[in-house]
Amino acid sequence: MSISIKLKKGLDLSLAGAVATPQPDDAPMVTPATVAVTPDDFAGFIPKTEVREGDTVKAGQPLLRDKNTPGMKLVSPVAGTVKAVVRGERRKIERVTVEVNPDGEAVRFDTAKAANNAEAARALLLESGLWAFTRQRPYDIVTDPNATIRDIFVTGFDSAPLAVSRHDFTADTVSRLEAGVRLLATLTKGKVYITRRPSQGMPDIKGAEMADITGPHPAGNAGPAIAAIAPVNKGETVMTLSLDTLWRIGSLLTDGTVPAVTTVAITGSEVKTPHMARTIIGADMADLLKDELDDTPRHRRIISGNVLTGVAVPADGYLRFPYTQVTVIPEGDDVDEFMGWASLSTEKMSTSPSFPARLFGKKRFKPDARLHGGRRAMIMSGQYDKVFPMDILPEYLVKAVLAKDIDRMEQLGIYEVAPEDFALAEYVDTSKLELQKIIRQGLDYLRKELQ
Amino acid sequence: MDKARPAFEPGGKLHAFRSVYDGFDTFLFTPRETSRSGVHIHDSMDSKRTMIIVIVALLPCLLFGMYNCGYQHWLACGATEFPFWEMFLYGLAAILPAIVVSYFVGLGIEFCVAQWRGEEIQEGFLVTGILIPMICPVETPLWMIAVATAFSVIFVKEVFGGTGYNIFNVALVTRAFLFFSYPAKMSGDSVFISHDSILGLGGMAPDGFTGATPLGQIATSGAQNAAEAAASLQGVNGQAIDLWQMFLGLIPGSFAETSTLCILIGAALLLATGIASWRIILSVFAGGAVMSLIAHWCATPTYPASFLSVGEQLCLGGFAFAAVFMAPDPVTSCRTNTGKYIYGFLVGAVAIIIRTYNNGYPEGAMLAVLLMNALAPLIDYCVVEANVRRRLRRAAARS
Repeated sequence: MSISIKLKKGLDLSLAGAVATPQPDDAPMVTPATVAVTPDDFAGFIPKTEVREGDTVKAGQPLLRDKNTPGMKLVSPVAGTVKAVVRGERRKIERVTVEVNPDGEAVRFDTAKAANNAEAARALLLESGLWAFTRQRPYDIVTDPNATIRDIFVTGFDSAPLAVSRHDFTADTVSRLEAGVRLLATLTKGKVYITRRPSQGMPDIKGAEMADITGPHPAGNAGPAIAAIAPVNKGETVMTLSLDTLWRIGSLLTDGTVPAVTTVAITGSEVKTPHMARTIIGADMADLLKDELDDTPRHRRIISGNVLTGVAVPADGYLRFPYTQVTVIPEGDDVDEFMGWASLSTEKMSTSPSFPARLFGKKRFKPDARLHGGRRAMIMSGQYDKVFPMDILPEYLVKAVLAKDIDRMEQLGIYEVAPEDFALAEYVDTSKLELQKIIRQGLDYLRKELQ
Repeated sequence: MDKARPAFEPGGKLHAFRSVYDGFDTFLFTPRETSRSGVHIHDSMDSKRTMIIVIVALLPCLLFGMYNCGYQHWLACGATEFPFWEMFLYGLAAILPAIVVSYFVGLGIEFCVAQWRGEEIQEGFLVTGILIPMICPVETPLWMIAVATAFSVIFVKEVFGGTGYNIFNVALVTRAFLFFSYPAKMSGDSVFISHDSILGLGGMAPDGFTGATPLGQIATSGAQNAAEAAASLQGVNGQAIDLWQMFLGLIPGSFAETSTLCILIGAALLLATGIASWRIILSVFAGGAVMSLIAHWCATPTYPASFLSVGEQLCLGGFAFAAVFMAPDPVTSCRTNTGKYIYGFLVGAVAIIIRTYNNGYPEGAMLAVLLMNALAPLIDYCVVEANVRRRLRRAAARS
């Protein structure tokens, strides 16, 4: 039994630097020297330190706890020594770095009760740090453990540019996913939905309602799936998580430890040979990208994640949540382009047919990070709608957010969206508005005013 | 450009021209600014390119307007030979001062406001500046164009916040301002034809020819039936004009709005590049066709224009130009997709209603677009409310 959803709106960006073999038999294991936990990745999590510099930690031992939610932790993915608690402006904790000790121990969690007891399940997830890997709508923040969860949506594939979805569904993987679903089912009176591509080869996962989704990006995001199955109404809360997180939850139940290994797609036009690599979550980029980048000297942008929703990190930065992709593209601030607005170059990537690349069929582009234009008021209309597969008027919602009009935001569906839903709209916008930032600020404002 | 930059930074001696410098810099070189939040790559399309494509789409109309301006002048002079290049150069010489004045006044104000606000110069006026001379009669005095342009750039655009914030189409308000402030100069028999010789080209046109637009002629013809109405449509040389001439645009009219053919070429470009909304253009023509069909069925001698056929209604006057270049202006039209159909249909219908049932205004396209500009937010409001109600009903159904 599965739901079938066909999305028409959206956009698949055709970028250079895709992984040639998405399911290698032996993706190389990159063991980083240090790993970092970055609390900014977990919106709504207000970090307080649990450790000091120099402390020895086990894998799975808490590094940070949330100030407002008792019991919610972020744990160290590896055993080692706390190298630094890096603070930024106003002593805000930016990250905690841990020097890896390959021979260290891991915390073993008591998982016996969790599979059929909501209280125990919640406590286990909070303590193991995996609760923080989930998101809730409204507000797109780490799920509030006290909220009544209407349904749970697991995104089973990643449709973002150059992203690689999980294809290997061995018996072991499936049993772990099923264990994860059993635990999630205790948290909600509703259903656990898992989205998948029909082509992905994912079998039905026992206990979950499968949703087959076809269509372009953002098909893999939770937003369109929720909108098509059961939109979030005012006062309701749904939980969203990725298939990786579900697998981690299942593995925690199976093994008693939090799995720290992650498979990362190293992608982008600046990478010599894009490939899959295995590493530890939060690994440092210097190790991960060693000898991977093109030799030409130019400015580059290293993105942890995809080009739409990822985070730009410095060359000595760290792999950020959700720990599945790295994209390296040219920065472009060292390029002088004469009258770029008049260009008829076939290298220019655009949805507009005024660029001749459209005439030459499918081509893989190497875009850089430039805005390609000045910031303007919203001039063109209907641009966002074309890439926004939900029954929401994105333009009006953005305007309501800019006006800080809470009633209007509610009426126009602010509870149903996350910033990532606006990523494609932000890409196509000729006025170059920072839509994801605007929506994030709107969600934060709403949460502050209403709670 | 980079060498000159320090002089324009705060503290530099040319700081007062910072926005002008930025404007030229971003015009010549793609800005190096890279994304700081959100998506890391952006579509190569920007509003500069958007505006330039609109101008390119306007070029066929403009060039034809130059030719037609000369052609009408030669006709008025009673010529029997029509030298192509001379006529074209005559038209060019006739329109160039108006274009220069329009850009000079409009861009001058934009530059000043941008500098005053500390912003980059925006490209909105590029299109407006070329549209203004194109939709005015060729004999409009330059000082009037200057006054009207200044009025609409300041009071229709800048006071609302600049490009992207205006409620009414700036070029059309300029036209309306001229129409209502100087009615004697903006309608009637003689303004649509250039009279004097320019730079030695052309001759002096004699007085007493009829240079009214076909719509002007029929409005005052007092025709009692369709045959009389058709007979009242005459070219400058007194000969009847047929539908084909109307389509080609070899008739008197505002400078560049006469040729439906050239307008359709421009429309093809705008639609192929996805810049103008096909929903609006299509529904304007649909609205115009439906309304002229109704008017034609119920034709009455009280309103002679109702004798015109659908094809004539769509080809004459500024209807096609308004449908392609004025109504789809994204800033002042409806922004929701459903709203666009309604808006476009009403623009077309209202334009025909005004021109047919009001003998005082032989042309209704301008007023129809301005009226619908004012109503567009209301239409959008209704569409948005429908979305809101759907959401509320859904929430109510669950609880």
